[in-house]
Amino acid sequence: MIVAERKPFEEVRAMVKDFKKVLTVGCGTCVAVCLAGGEKEVGVLNSELKIARRMEGSPIQTGGVTVERQCDMEFLEELDGIVDEYDAIISMACGAGIQFIAERFPDIPVFPGVDTSFIGVNREVGWYEEKCRACGTCVLGMTAGICPVTMCAKGLFNGPCGGTNKGSCEINSDQPCAWHRIHERLAKQNRLQNILDICPPNDWRNQTPRTIVQPGYKDRLAAFGIK
Amino acid sequence: MKSGSNLEKILRAGHFAFTGELGPPRGTNVAVVREKAKHLVGMVDAVNITDNQTAMVRMSSWAASLIAIEEGLEPNYQMVCRDRNRLAMQADILGASALGIRNMLCLSGDHQQFGDHPQAKGVFDIDSTQLIGMVKKMRDESKFLGGADIDEPPKIFIGGAANPFAEPHEWRVHRLAKKVRAGVDFVQTQCIYNMERMRQWVKESVDMGLTEKVYILAGVTPMKSVGMARYMQLKVPGMDVPNAIIKRLQGVDKKKVADEGIKIACEQIEEFKEMKGVAGVHLMPIEWEHKVPEIAERAKVLPRPVV
Repeated sequence: MIVAERKPFEEVRAMVKDFKKVLTVGCGTCVAVCLAGGEKEVGVLNSELKIARRMEGSPIQTGGVTVERQCDMEFLEELDGIVDEYDAIISMACGAGIQFIAERFPDIPVFPGVDTSFIGVNREVGWYEEKCRACGTCVLGMTAGICPVTMCAKGLFNGPCGGTNKGSCEINSDQPCAWHRIHERLAKQNRLQNILDICPPNDWRNQTPRTIVQPGYKDRLAAFGIK
Repeated sequence: MKSGSNLEKILRAGHFAFTGELGPPRGTNVAVVREKAKHLVGMVDAVNITDNQTAMVRMSSWAASLIAIEEGLEPNYQMVCRDRNRLAMQADILGASALGIRNMLCLSGDHQQFGDHPQAKGVFDIDSTQLIGMVKKMRDESKFLGGADIDEPPKIFIGGAANPFAEPHEWRVHRLAKKVRAGVDFVQTQCIYNMERMRQWVKESVDMGLTEKVYILAGVTPMKSVGMARYMQLKVPGMDVPNAIIKRLQGVDKKKVADEGIKIACEQIEEFKEMKGVAGVHLMPIEWEHKVPEIAERAKVLPRPVV
């Protein structure tokens, strides 16, 4: 899932300081699971804003709605009749959702309520770990299911650097050395040959905005003039 | 001859190579570079010019390399993958070769988090093994990484780093093998203190036939103090400092610790001269360039051969 963190309150407060009626939109998917931008966090942020603005003598009216997924226009439809009553929107979705809201309602200022952090896993409630950088050229088959682009601080493709430190990464002794683990796991699976061969320079496919059309949908989208 | 560098000539002639190191200044102070260089002229076959060492901004490695050439030294131009993508790297390699730089050391680079710009975006477009392969392709095939032809290829003796100590130990020789396959001509090792482990790694390299294809220069850094030894033992990742070294330094009079450090280094160098598979020594006296003449003298590596 996509993991995000709530933006520091002061930052959000500063962004909406000139607005009197603000709609905070939560997202019921990834950011709800990682406790950053779901229904509960929408309520908390709105309460904080109201208290802060009342104390500075400039009260604010807030509204709160949480949609199933902000990255899907289908679910944004339900906001259509609501947003007109507000002069700004705070989206608590990931960066994708925030941009989709801003695209649907281009006349209203949209502000981020969270900092989108990474694609990761739920290690335990409240504890998330980054796992994928979406490089677009997955090498997990070679590396025993451990991503060197994400988990190695230098994103190396050819084995641990000289800074590998008794199983830890040089940047932090709490951070495991990805390549140490890759080696360990491949050795157990008797697949070390995978990393004895040289891995050529990566074909970075995340350097321009990407669009994917599933093959089965190409004709259908072409009918709408979409390549 | 792949590059015609002095270091290449020395190694090909079968001489025991002796290289040094020079860190560029944190500013435009050319006098400092010249001063450091003076201590090294005639003492070493080539001198590594570090590239934003420890992720701290310094005068660029190629610029300091050119100053070293002016001072009569042969530079070993270091390039790290942290700060440049493949375009910038290839451009700098062409420029370096065009201006007379003939050796290069291809490194991953210390992580930016350690330096004075921890907020920087680390590039790591390619890694050190891939960099070695890229320089080889440019030199031997006269092709850019992207496949286009190069108008006059660079002439570079290609170096890399090797760490015999980091775990898993059994991987280390394979890592060297990968760099050899990528096209490395010589490697300089991490500072060596654990001689037993070093002997083992060199033996593995010899047994795998790697030393027929690559010159191994053993890294030596004399300990200046007990504090330095302890720091290296505990704080520097990938470094292996046995307790025996610390005990030995503690065993001498305080005023003699630095001298004992040099003595240990000289003993190591003597052993490397005889060690099958080791082609030379890379001396890294951290901010101790002025001691190089004394160390070279005591290690009996002078005068340097002229090929």
